[in-house]
Amino acid sequence: MSKKFLSGNEAFAEGIRLARPEVISAYPITPQTIVVERLSEMVEDGSLTAEYVHVESEHSALSCAIGASAAGARAFTATSSQGLLYMAECLYYAAGGRFPIVMMNADRSTALPWNIYGDQRDSLSQLDSGWIQAYAENAQEALDLALMSYKIAENKAVSTPYMANLDGFILTHTYETVDIPEREQADRFLPPYETDNRIDFDNPKNMAFSAGPDTNYIFKFKEHQGVLAARQVIRDTEKEFAEIFGRKYSGLIDTYLTDDADYILVTLGSIAGLCRETADKLRENGVKAGVVRIRYMRPFPNEEIAEALKNARAYGVLEKDISFGNEGAVFTNVNSALKKAGINISGYNFIGGLGGRNISAGDIQDIFSGLINGTDSVNFIGIGGVNNG
Amino acid sequence: MRPFIREKKSFSFQEVPENTSFEAGYLVSVNSGWRSIRPVIDNAKCVGCEQCYLYCPDGVISIKDGKAAIDYDFCKGCGICAKICRIGAVRMEEEN
Amino acid sequence: MANKVADSISREEFFYGHKACAGCGGSLAVRAALKVLGKNAVSVLPAGCMSAVGFNFPQLCFSNNSIISTFAGTASMLTGVEAGLRAKGYKDFTAVGFAGDGGTADIGIQALSGAIDRNDNIIYICYDNEAYMNTGIQKSGLTPFGAKTTTTPAGQNIHGNIRPKKNMFEIAAAHDIPYAATASVGYLPDFIEKVRKASQIQGTKYIHVIAPCPTGWGIPVDETINIAKEVVDSGLWYLAEYENGQFTLNHKPKSFTSVEDYLKKQGRFKHLTDEDIKIITDSRDKKWDHIEKNFIYR
Repeated sequence: MSKKFLSGNEAFAEGIRLARPEVISAYPITPQTIVVERLSEMVEDGSLTAEYVHVESEHSALSCAIGASAAGARAFTATSSQGLLYMAECLYYAAGGRFPIVMMNADRSTALPWNIYGDQRDSLSQLDSGWIQAYAENAQEALDLALMSYKIAENKAVSTPYMANLDGFILTHTYETVDIPEREQADRFLPPYETDNRIDFDNPKNMAFSAGPDTNYIFKFKEHQGVLAARQVIRDTEKEFAEIFGRKYSGLIDTYLTDDADYILVTLGSIAGLCRETADKLRENGVKAGVVRIRYMRPFPNEEIAEALKNARAYGVLEKDISFGNEGAVFTNVNSALKKAGINISGYNFIGGLGGRNISAGDIQDIFSGLINGTDSVNFIGIGGVNNG
Repeated sequence: MRPFIREKKSFSFQEVPENTSFEAGYLVSVNSGWRSIRPVIDNAKCVGCEQCYLYCPDGVISIKDGKAAIDYDFCKGCGICAKICRIGAVRMEEEN
Repeated sequence: MANKVADSISREEFFYGHKACAGCGGSLAVRAALKVLGKNAVSVLPAGCMSAVGFNFPQLCFSNNSIISTFAGTASMLTGVEAGLRAKGYKDFTAVGFAGDGGTADIGIQALSGAIDRNDNIIYICYDNEAYMNTGIQKSGLTPFGAKTTTTPAGQNIHGNIRPKKNMFEIAAAHDIPYAATASVGYLPDFIEKVRKASQIQGTKYIHVIAPCPTGWGIPVDETINIAKEVVDSGLWYLAEYENGQFTLNHKPKSFTSVEDYLKKQGRFKHLTDEDIKIITDSRDKKWDHIEKNFIYR
């Protein structure tokens, strides 16, 4: 194991190098671009053997990756924001065809107004596309997700594409010291991709076909079962990962001081660290605060969230998303988890960080105050305030 | 060799594939019901020149013993074979 | 009696039992091309007529490896399939796309341009039936001037489509593609020869084949081949190649057959006035002036 000082993008690219993709389709978009730049350098210097395809759009990036996966190759691409939306058709296509492609998405605001900075409205708008969706908190986790992603996606029971999300700039461009696993360890962890969902010259296939009303819903049911199967496969994969690389991950969610917490803030991505620091401060003042970081939005951690929140007095969901005319998508999902578990506690939604707007420690303290004292159901944090909202 | 009709025509929940790939050239239904007219080969005239075989959009014509033979399961009765045949060895007849 | 063309292609049928309309020119183009390329062809077809009629689980009509792409993604999926198979160590295969006129000249042109730009080792065949036939005859970028479609109605004020066809052949050639060709199912041996030639060239190959649709053109179902000949004989289409920076004309009619006769046989052109027909004839003559000046004829 070696250590390097890397940005989130670079760490992810290192993880992908270790995963040995055979076809990479690349199209630049801020703030993802560094990933495809680093991968092109790895192909150039021979440290990664892959077909590197300079596609002319994001739609073609994923379409090419689907073709490569249909040929039996391990495929990778990366995108962000408008690019993710431009390729949206192919997201559903890859999932429906059960092609275990891995894609990194640098979470970024979507136009209009134009904005290149981070929020999660791009990926959260695609929760229904059939992809596994992971959200990294730091560069080390980004690298580790890159390596684990293929093992999870390619598991026979799962056979589902995997989107690893990194907060734009905040994570993609921030440098940290990252442990780089050894090549031998990575190869032991991740065997080559084997599948029968591929072009086969001995037993030719017709692929990506139509299915009428009689069988279409069966295909869709099986697709659903595939994403659900990832629940256990993620746990198993993380266990094996810990045995080989020594780093432990906690499955679909990561909990902090939730066991005895009265007030729990649920969030995802890189903001979780500041939430935990704020919880520590509140506890110094006698407020029992806790934090849940959602690591996977799909499959959704229904049981895990219900378990973490069941004894709380109130919970908040802090997210960089809004489903206009309703509330944040994460809030909707969390509420559904609690309803299904028969848990009836007060919950509040806090929308923040849109277009890269900073979320301060003070904002998070205010959120906890809202949980304690009660507030509106949906709150745009700081909106209309003295500091220009 | 061409795709052919299979015995197994419907698929239970378990039998529906896990992904959208399946055996190539798997046919479960014929096209003969589409026809209102059918091509009939006049073996006395047919010289086996294969122009009809070449131009058939459905590929239903083959040459057997030097004469054109039609797979009526998949012939749609378009009549291109009758038009392409310069010696009038294919005539179109009403289907009953 | 030997038929050299028939003997030169596979006896196997790779596209069989499909639900294309009777007399479909597109299905003939796909059938003939696959008989040239053989069992190691991997075909990619976008959403459109040929995928709609050939891929309805469990009725699967291609006996070679075949896959449907997104509508816009014929060329990009071909790229992925080719790269993926090469990455897996395969050498003896041909990645071939079959897309219609809308899938090629409209929604798929960006991906096609990208593939040609990368010079990916693929064959892209556009079967041109001159409108979005699968959705019920709507105008595409390759619908000819004057044609009535369900989105270019022929009325008192507007006589069908007001714009001429895009020239996809020359657009492909403008990329300095290794090989591009035009063809017609009415001249099937010429098309077959071009597919064979394409299969022996490294890099991107583009073949544009006119494939009449009796349903959309308003012709009897047994007239597909005749009308596909006549469009060439009247000079409204031409058989040509682009290779090594050079355009070559393959077939030069001694004298053109009547444009009016060609048009009036088809329901989609029935409404055209003498003035409209003159516009079409003039544009044909202008095109042939260009061909005479810029194409080699051997």
